[in-house]
Amino acid sequence: MFLFDNLLCMLLGISFTVWFTLLLVFIIVPAVFGVSFGIRRLYMNTLLKIFEWATLRMERGAKEKNQQLYKPYSNGEKSKELASLEQEMQEMRRSGSGSALGGAEFEMSDIFHFCRRGVESIVDDEVTKRFTAEELESWNLLTRSNYNFNHISTRLTVLWGLGVLIRYGILLPLRVTLAFTGVGLLVFLTSLIGLLPNGGMKSFLSEKAHLMCYRICVRALTAIITYHDSENKPKNGGICVANHTSPIDVIILSSDGCYAMVGQVHGGLMGVIQRAMVKACPHIWFERSEVKDRHLVAKRLSDHVADKTKLPILIFPEGTCINNTSVMMFKKGSFEIGCTVYPVAIKYDPRFGDAFWNSSKFGMVNYLLHMMSSWAIVCSVWYLPPMSREEGEDAVQFANRVKAAIARKGGLADLLWDGGLKRDKVKEVFKEEQQKLYSKVLVGGNRTREPTAA
Amino acid sequence: MGSTSSTLSKIPNADELIQETGFTSAHLARLFERFEALDKDKKGYLSPQDFEAIKELALNPICDRIIGAFFSSGQEMLDFSSFVRILAHFRPIDNNRTKEPNSPDPINSRINKLKFAFQLYDQDKDGKISRNELLQVLRAMLEKQVTEEQLESIADRTIQEADLDRDDAISFEEFRKSLEKVNIDHKMSIRFLR
Repeated sequence: MFLFDNLLCMLLGISFTVWFTLLLVFIIVPAVFGVSFGIRRLYMNTLLKIFEWATLRMERGAKEKNQQLYKPYSNGEKSKELASLEQEMQEMRRSGSGSALGGAEFEMSDIFHFCRRGVESIVDDEVTKRFTAEELESWNLLTRSNYNFNHISTRLTVLWGLGVLIRYGILLPLRVTLAFTGVGLLVFLTSLIGLLPNGGMKSFLSEKAHLMCYRICVRALTAIITYHDSENKPKNGGICVANHTSPIDVIILSSDGCYAMVGQVHGGLMGVIQRAMVKACPHIWFERSEVKDRHLVAKRLSDHVADKTKLPILIFPEGTCINNTSVMMFKKGSFEIGCTVYPVAIKYDPRFGDAFWNSSKFGMVNYLLHMMSSWAIVCSVWYLPPMSREEGEDAVQFANRVKAAIARKGGLADLLWDGGLKRDKVKEVFKEEQQKLYSKVLVGGNRTREPTAA
Repeated sequence: MGSTSSTLSKIPNADELIQETGFTSAHLARLFERFEALDKDKKGYLSPQDFEAIKELALNPICDRIIGAFFSSGQEMLDFSSFVRILAHFRPIDNNRTKEPNSPDPINSRINKLKFAFQLYDQDKDGKISRNELLQVLRAMLEKQVTEEQLESIADRTIQEADLDRDDAISFEEFRKSLEKVNIDHKMSIRFLR
């Protein structure tokens, strides 16, 4: 009996030691120094091959059973299929329905166009689509991202089961350990550094500490990040704006550079972290009541950027999490301050794990659990060249210009819609645009272009 | 999200719906998720306000009429089966479906699509599109962009062309005849449901 117990204890002891040594050598030490062994990229490529195989099996299996696989249409397809009103009208005329009294005329069937558009938007509209997770074309062995997972073949189910074991049994505990280490170190180190007098040494150490802890957190999520155009990295006295997909965006950007964060003061664990961080370098935390006062907010931000020794501010102007297929309207507040804006585009690769936080569906803890039990988070970050407000441009136009640049770089759809449309009503002016367009085709007969809102 | 079978089990009489509408189980599951997404207060049914909350629908000039088509019997609650039955009108026509004798037309047949469009015009449901009803639709689609005279002349000309029995209104038969050459399948089907 005892012998067995002893053996067990010894085995456990050894495995723990091995575990921690591996952890230290392969993950924490590189994180501290900012180097990488390339293990994660290898992992990523292997996974891709497995996913392709899995999708092929599924398609083959579905064909055998004569089922129809539900294929989600991609962005590009829909815009090609949606003929513009003008094209449809021309087609109708050419097919010869009704009299040919020269020039476009009203036909009873014109109503079909609006009717169809209306029903299409009932079935799936551009805006709501942005607030639910993106649908994938190939399956990444996570049931949560797939509609077609019925029992197609034993091999596939076995693979999926293996995947579950690996993700929840090995990867999850590893990541949770790392996460705790990272956050713990952050709080500890920043509090320590906060004891130093203000000066060059303090900022230097604070920078190093922040970077190190964020890098550990990045590994805690197995995030594989590619940074492009690092020569455009934000500098002091500027504002960095980026598109928002999830709270992880902060970690991703902060592991490559130091920023001053902006946010509301929270209670609990978040509050502890916030208070610790602010000791080491100046972040901007607002009380709940102060958030409503726009002038106060603007003043604090302006003061911060005016001080050239302070770090660039990181802001997400969309105001809410979008599912990373598009960029929604930017709130103009941050663009009114009148300093250099450094746009950053973040694009997640959805094949490995969906980073989008659907705050109406999942809470924060649930979300983090999902993140940590996905295969990996793969994303690309592009630093765009700095932009400033031009003569005669108001804040809204400037915001739209920056938004267009980010959307273009990241390959996201540039939408006119407001992220706040999660809740509010549509403006009358958009309806008028539709009517104007139809009347032009009927009565005017000039070449027109559909507004991008449609 | 989740597998199709778990979503399907939440739908009452799913098999019946599949049989009746011709949607596949995958489509049905997706429509159910859409139904739940639109039903923000989780009432279990949809109200006209839920439809009005769809931004792209709100900017459609005939948005009220389309919503009216869903709530046609005057009720204020739309359950999932009715939702799906109406959407079934927009399924592309299945050309290779064998027609059994004495079986009712499928929901997405050409005739039924035309009937759906007809009711968008005929708001008082008297079986005819009067000149006034036609004017109302034109006004909705064109609003401030044309003058009242232009609207009236368009309405007059349309009735003149389609009204064969000279009763100054367009019956369903006249409507159908005037659209004989139009490719209804193409215009009244939503391609991405396939």
